[in-house]
Amino acid sequence: MREILRAIFDVVFRMPAGFVVTLKHLFMKPVTLDYPRKKEEMVPRYRGLHYLERYDDGSERCVCCGLCAAACPADAIYMEPGENERGERYSKVYEINTLRCIFCGFCEEACPEEAIFLGREYEFAYGSRNEFIYDKEKLLVSHPRKENKFKKIYRRVRKAYGVPEINQ
Amino acid sequence: MSFDTVIFIISALVAVFGATMMIVQRNPVASVLYLILSLVAQAVCYVQLSAVFMGAILIVVYAGAILVLFLFVIMLLNLRGTEELGESPNAVGRFTKYLVAILLTIELVFIVKTATIPAAVTGIMNEAVDEFGSVSQVAKLMFTDFLYVFELTGVLLLVAVVGAVVLAKTERNESHSLAQDEEGADLRESAGK
Amino acid sequence: MLEVIIIGSIKVIAVVSVLMGGCAYATYLERKLVAFMQHRIGPLYAGPWGLLQPIADSVKLMFKEDVVPDKVERVAFTLAPMLGFIPALLVFAVVPFSSNFTMFGYEIKGVISDLNIGVLFVFAIVSLGAYGLILAGWSSGSKYSLLGGIRGTAQMVSYELSYGLSIVGVIIIGSTLSMTELVEQQSSILDWYIWKQPLGFLLYITCAVAETNRCPFDMPEAEGELVAGYHTEYSSMRFATFFVSEYAYMIAVSAVATTLFFGGWQGPLLPPIVWFCIKVFAFMVLYIWLRATLPRFRYDQLMGFGWKVLFPLAIINTMATGFWVIWMDGIN
Repeated sequence: MREILRAIFDVVFRMPAGFVVTLKHLFMKPVTLDYPRKKEEMVPRYRGLHYLERYDDGSERCVCCGLCAAACPADAIYMEPGENERGERYSKVYEINTLRCIFCGFCEEACPEEAIFLGREYEFAYGSRNEFIYDKEKLLVSHPRKENKFKKIYRRVRKAYGVPEINQ
Repeated sequence: MSFDTVIFIISALVAVFGATMMIVQRNPVASVLYLILSLVAQAVCYVQLSAVFMGAILIVVYAGAILVLFLFVIMLLNLRGTEELGESPNAVGRFTKYLVAILLTIELVFIVKTATIPAAVTGIMNEAVDEFGSVSQVAKLMFTDFLYVFELTGVLLLVAVVGAVVLAKTERNESHSLAQDEEGADLRESAGK
Repeated sequence: MLEVIIIGSIKVIAVVSVLMGGCAYATYLERKLVAFMQHRIGPLYAGPWGLLQPIADSVKLMFKEDVVPDKVERVAFTLAPMLGFIPALLVFAVVPFSSNFTMFGYEIKGVISDLNIGVLFVFAIVSLGAYGLILAGWSSGSKYSLLGGIRGTAQMVSYELSYGLSIVGVIIIGSTLSMTELVEQQSSILDWYIWKQPLGFLLYITCAVAETNRCPFDMPEAEGELVAGYHTEYSSMRFATFFVSEYAYMIAVSAVATTLFFGGWQGPLLPPIVWFCIKVFAFMVLYIWLRATLPRFRYDQLMGFGWKVLFPLAIINTMATGFWVIWMDGIN
């Protein structure tokens, strides 16, 4: 008898409350999105796929000092130094194994030449492990390009942390 | 030959076939399935004879509930595949089954011989006889002429239910008495109940 | 005679094809509605707003490999999906979906077969629905399937009693077993049987959910503990048959509820068949809403609820209705 009364009580008074909850949620904005068609705007300091920056004249910024590789906690960066026709040191080979990389951004912080940055690209998936190793060809930005806005942000961040500005 | 007759013959044949196969089968699940087939065919026969209520009840009660329970029990006991029953060891047992079979056959023959078969078989499509075998007709008979028998059957079923509950409850009672003795009471007290 | 057969066949084909389409889009409705209730979007890719998703799904299921595991009982394994599917379709033989109408000069009844024991027929058919499930569970030769089958059987047998008793009230008041007559009695919204049988309706809807093995009573296929319950070992079209029959059952039960409690095709302005579809649709939404709202019962709670709460309530409802009718007769 008690069970019956409780069941009636639940159905009449408690269950409608549950139904109201689901009904309310029916009209709320969905948290998921229509992914490949619509993409989430990444936050300015998002750390995605790396890229190597150039000077305005097109020459590479990277001087192959090895600080990024030293800072890398995942040991994902490999580089070999070389000398260009002007007698300047540059990286002949520069590879980032993105399977090892943990996207911590230490390389970016360590770089004295403002050469490496972490971009906002996060959609890189391949069929084989070899394709995940990014060489210079993939990492270097194309030569004539507009001003990098992430660099500006990065400078602001450096200022905030009290890191001295480097002259170009 | 009318449409109704064709349906009747088919369903009657299916009913007999199902019943035969049910006995012949060694696999219990197959037996039950053939019994269901037979019951459904019988229900069709009832409907053909304008006893629609009987037909529906046959399916609801027997095919829908009782045979489901049969299958349920078979599943629980996990009677898989065929089972060798073998001949019974003593001569009496061997003899009895033939005797029973012969007696049943004789009985069947007598019943069929003495029964009066109604002249016309009317179908469900026929509107003229819709009162016969309808729910109200059956109910009227059940609650007037056969009230006494009906109630007695009800009591019999009630006794069966009580018996089943008593049989199933025995084990539970022992554990219950164990919980009621002093040790159990102490335990319950210490558990703070 | 030939005319009757042709008209009947056309009606059957029409009803079955509409039903199949309904089943397909019921899956779409469920996925979309549950998604929105969970702040998701649901299927989007096949066609505009994912409207072709059911078709894509059925094509996918058709072309999948039909795996028959090694240790199954072949005959029962093959038979089970069909036995589950056929009763769901048969229910629609007696559900009146429209008033009588004239088309191409023929007077056509709005029901496939106007049985004078329509309600009993529905019971008889629904009670046969357990076989598909039980045989699937037993023949698969897997413990999850067997457990799902056993649970499903016990559940269906115990809820069938309350399911049957829950409509007896309506039958007593209407004093007929014919579905068409029951619909004709509910000509205005005030005559709907839900106002006269509110408890009966609640019992009906609860038992119907249990009979169709839907959430919160979806014990036979409880994903959390039984993988997929009785259809664990099924794949391809056999699985699709189970899937479709679940939705066909839902639509069937909704159609019967509409007929018995909500005046069937009766309604103002719009054509009867549209009213019927609207009401059935509302029931389907209720089903899905239930699923999105309530968590699954535990098995012992489920059986306890069926026998200790629903069954006594159904008997009380039946007796009270009987007394009420006799009392009213005495007054008049």
